[in-house]
Amino acid sequence: MTSFVPPDASAPKADAEAEDAVETRARQEADDPHSPVARFGPSQPLRLDAGVLLPHLQIGYQTYGELNAARTNAVLVCHALTGDQHAANLNPVTGKPGWWETLVGPGKPIDTERFHVICANVLGGCMGTTGPSSTNPATGRPYGLDMPLVTIRDMVNAQAMLLDHLGIDKLLCVAGGSMGGMQVLQWAASYPERVFSALPIATAARHSAQNIAFHEVGRQAVMADPDWRGGRYLAEGVMPYRGLAVARMAAHITYMSDQALHRKFGRRLQDRATPTFGFDADFQVESYLRHQGEAFVQRFDANSYLYVTRAMDYFDLAADYDGVLAHAFKGSKTRFCLVSFTSDWLFPTEDSRTIVHALNASGANVSFAEIESDKGHDAFLLEEPELFAIAHGFLDSAARAFGLPPARGR
Amino acid sequence: MALREPVLDEGAVRTEGGRVDLVVVAEMVKPGSRVLDVGAGDGELLELLATTRGCDARGIELSREGVNAGVARGLAIIQGDADVDLAHYPDDAFDYVILSQTLQATRRPRWVLEQMLRIGRRAIVSFPNFGHWRSRLDLLVNGRMPVTDNMPFAWYETPNIHFCTIRDFVALAEELDAKMEKAVALNSAGHRVRVDMPWWVWNLMGEQAVFRLTRKA
Repeated sequence: MTSFVPPDASAPKADAEAEDAVETRARQEADDPHSPVARFGPSQPLRLDAGVLLPHLQIGYQTYGELNAARTNAVLVCHALTGDQHAANLNPVTGKPGWWETLVGPGKPIDTERFHVICANVLGGCMGTTGPSSTNPATGRPYGLDMPLVTIRDMVNAQAMLLDHLGIDKLLCVAGGSMGGMQVLQWAASYPERVFSALPIATAARHSAQNIAFHEVGRQAVMADPDWRGGRYLAEGVMPYRGLAVARMAAHITYMSDQALHRKFGRRLQDRATPTFGFDADFQVESYLRHQGEAFVQRFDANSYLYVTRAMDYFDLAADYDGVLAHAFKGSKTRFCLVSFTSDWLFPTEDSRTIVHALNASGANVSFAEIESDKGHDAFLLEEPELFAIAHGFLDSAARAFGLPPARGR
Repeated sequence: MALREPVLDEGAVRTEGGRVDLVVVAEMVKPGSRVLDVGAGDGELLELLATTRGCDARGIELSREGVNAGVARGLAIIQGDADVDLAHYPDDAFDYVILSQTLQATRRPRWVLEQMLRIGRRAIVSFPNFGHWRSRLDLLVNGRMPVTDNMPFAWYETPNIHFCTIRDFVALAEELDAKMEKAVALNSAGHRVRVDMPWWVWNLMGEQAVFRLTRKA
């Protein structure tokens, strides 16, 4: 695929070529990722919440650390909206570190010298798990909008198939932030007997009206781009770059706090002493957002963005349990640890507290910590020593209760 | 102030560096039971109950620092406000609900105690006794709000907004129709006040009190 136009025609040629290379790699990842892949044929179809069967399913996943002989040290890490399976290795598309290397790795809270960590690209994603940019085996062309809509529960059911495939019956822990945290909650509700402990971070048991509204802005931006071509852009050799970049820019604002934006950029101007009295990126914050948008469109599929945001919008765990969230965790033996951040206005502390109250009502074993941070929703991905200490303490205590030997002293 | 403590004790309580009342509280808990500690701090009592008595011990704590330190030590503590969050627990969820040195800091002590007796089959409450002779003397002689080791804050910055005496607490327990199963008063040396002493002696000599209550029938 070399026919994609670069997002910014004014960019120097070398940059444009590098961007092309990223896009080419990104397209390849959809069907043939740089990671192990589990494939399931029509004999094991995935029944989707949309009411249809997905006869062909592939799941791109990564693992870190050794699985012990008793298969009791498996930790499933669930990624957020635009994450992927490359939690703790160099990303094959961007060449950047894994998205959760702050928390996952040797000697880290999710210690790959002690635990066998699994991370899978979500259903509907674009990094090797079946999604709208995958080739539909029935037609030989990308699914595009022929891909059925998927839900958080569908993602979790697909992950459960992966674990069956890997021969892992019970997880020591399922951990994730944001949409990853939604999957953690769904795991605990759908497969309580397979989840010994759960670590949902900066998340909610249902997507709020405000969050649905932000997602809708993003989707409308994508669909308003003439190059979206009714979702058939891959077949027509174009990409809705501008729409997807705008979607990312809008979303990126919601991941940060006002304080963080102010600390990082303030009202400072970008490479100029005075405003230009035009619509160029005068302010650093504008330049930053444009860069975020451009970097994103090279690695992420626009239709995937529609599907995965939709999955989050549809998430309302209580709705599946007579509207009572506590019923989702009735009789649960799972140990929970919830974490929120003070400046996260996308998934505010109240969302976590609602889950804690439901868990208390159901008698579950639960810890809950709110961490003081000015980094907004993104804090769960960043350097937050208190998060590390809490995750370490919770996981270590769960591991010992699950019968794992104590961590080796370091 | 050269007044000496009258000797009325039944023997010192083991302290081992921890808070004296926590040991007394822990001794009132049957091993292996389910316990909720309201106002758990950084989990000192939870750890004591889990390690020495094999309890399934969980806590609520208001301060972020306390919660985060406790959770980092692997304890099940939630950040929350007793004045609000107790409402979310179902009836009889725990064998014991403990409130150690926290009653006087709640906004609604009566409601909190009612909730404790609803959530737990037994409630254990420890609190500083405002009726202790030294508090009374402070007010009588100096005309100032007492500041002691147990009540170390000046009136204008204390989190302790609902002080009570041992007799006040006993009256509240009676009002809530709770049965007093056990009671211990500790003098300022951390020694137990003898059980055969009348209430007025407890109320005068006890610097701290620990009560175990249960619902009547």
